[in-house]
Amino acid sequence: MKTTPTIPALLSVRNVHKDFGPTPALRGIDLDVHPGEVLAVMGPSGSGKSTLLHCMAGVMPPDHGTVTYTRPNAPEGSVEISILGEAARSALRLSEFGFVFQYGQLLPELTAVDNVTIPLLLAGTKRREALRKASGLLERLGLAGQGEKLPGELSGGQAQRVAIARAMVAEPAVLFADEPTGSLDSLAAENVLTLLLELVREVGTTVVMITHDPRTAAYADREVIVRDGMIGAGHRVAA
Amino acid sequence: MNNALTLLGLLRRQPSYGYDLKHAYDRYFGSQKPLAFGQVYSTLARMIRDELIRALGEEPGAGPDRKKYEITPAGQDRVQQWLFTPDVPSQTLQSDLFAKTVVALLVDDDADRLLDLQRAEHMGRMRELTRLKHEGDLLQVLMCDHGIFHIEADLRWIELTGARLTQLKKELLSA
Repeated sequence: MKTTPTIPALLSVRNVHKDFGPTPALRGIDLDVHPGEVLAVMGPSGSGKSTLLHCMAGVMPPDHGTVTYTRPNAPEGSVEISILGEAARSALRLSEFGFVFQYGQLLPELTAVDNVTIPLLLAGTKRREALRKASGLLERLGLAGQGEKLPGELSGGQAQRVAIARAMVAEPAVLFADEPTGSLDSLAAENVLTLLLELVREVGTTVVMITHDPRTAAYADREVIVRDGMIGAGHRVAA
Repeated sequence: MNNALTLLGLLRRQPSYGYDLKHAYDRYFGSQKPLAFGQVYSTLARMIRDELIRALGEEPGAGPDRKKYEITPAGQDRVQQWLFTPDVPSQTLQSDLFAKTVVALLVDDDADRLLDLQRAEHMGRMRELTRLKHEGDLLQVLMCDHGIFHIEADLRWIELTGARLTQLKKELLSA
């Protein structure tokens, strides 16, 4: 009988633990994220979802357990992120991952287009080419003519679209988004999410998106719920 | 949704044939479930009986029913009253989910699991409606949003109830 070859998970989290002092943030997380998937990580405040994202993205190493990243189309090139040093994790983040946060975190003294060029310039792209790509992406996100504005001159929705452009301009394999629409009103959030999802599906980027908002999570292919540092753990009902 | 009053409301725009009325209804409200011709004609008959509409007479030509219907002043008043009488918010407080949760706790079964199953079902439906709203016109967007916001409210209730299960169980068992 012919069997379908299993596509390896892009990110594989196994038994990950992380403590902050005496407080356990993650308590044995197992999670697979598949190539091209949009995954929503939900859970109440303080449940550990941001810590999980930081461990998955190589922002911080877990105390125990492993996070393995398998480059798309290169299964032999697996990297165990959890054992990399700071410099190697930083290089991996730059070359493979994009990030969007709740408040955009654009550099306020740089114009929108210059903010978007940053990942390309850091990766060695020539400035002219970086500007061309950044401007094209801003236009694609409905921000034609806004590129020379400073972040402070943009609306919340516009600034968040610039942040998305910056995260996506280098066409990352994985986009990590932490409450990407948390600071926006319903309509702006919907526009931003629609554009984000169109873009990631076009590029083939896998998304791990933290949100406490079910309406945002409904844009994802599936969701997992983190509670008390564990996935899928129920509310403990005392007898 | 009150189909009869919705049809009456559509008749307020202009006199219409039953056939045209059915298609107007389906265009605005029938994407989930179009109205059956039989239901349109039985509703129109009831509204004639109640003097909310009147038939303008039969016209020659093809088609199952060439009667044109017109709204009466009483019908106008009824539509006006319907439009500006607010609906009772959350009329039924004791949903089936509420009953299931209480019973599960009373019989010492897994209330948390049933809430999780319901949450997954709600999220699935929310994903479906989110997809639908991006495929449709503004009318469909509004219809889907109505469903999405109600599902969101249920999900909040599920999350909060989940966090209160221990306390709820204690209260139920001590009552």
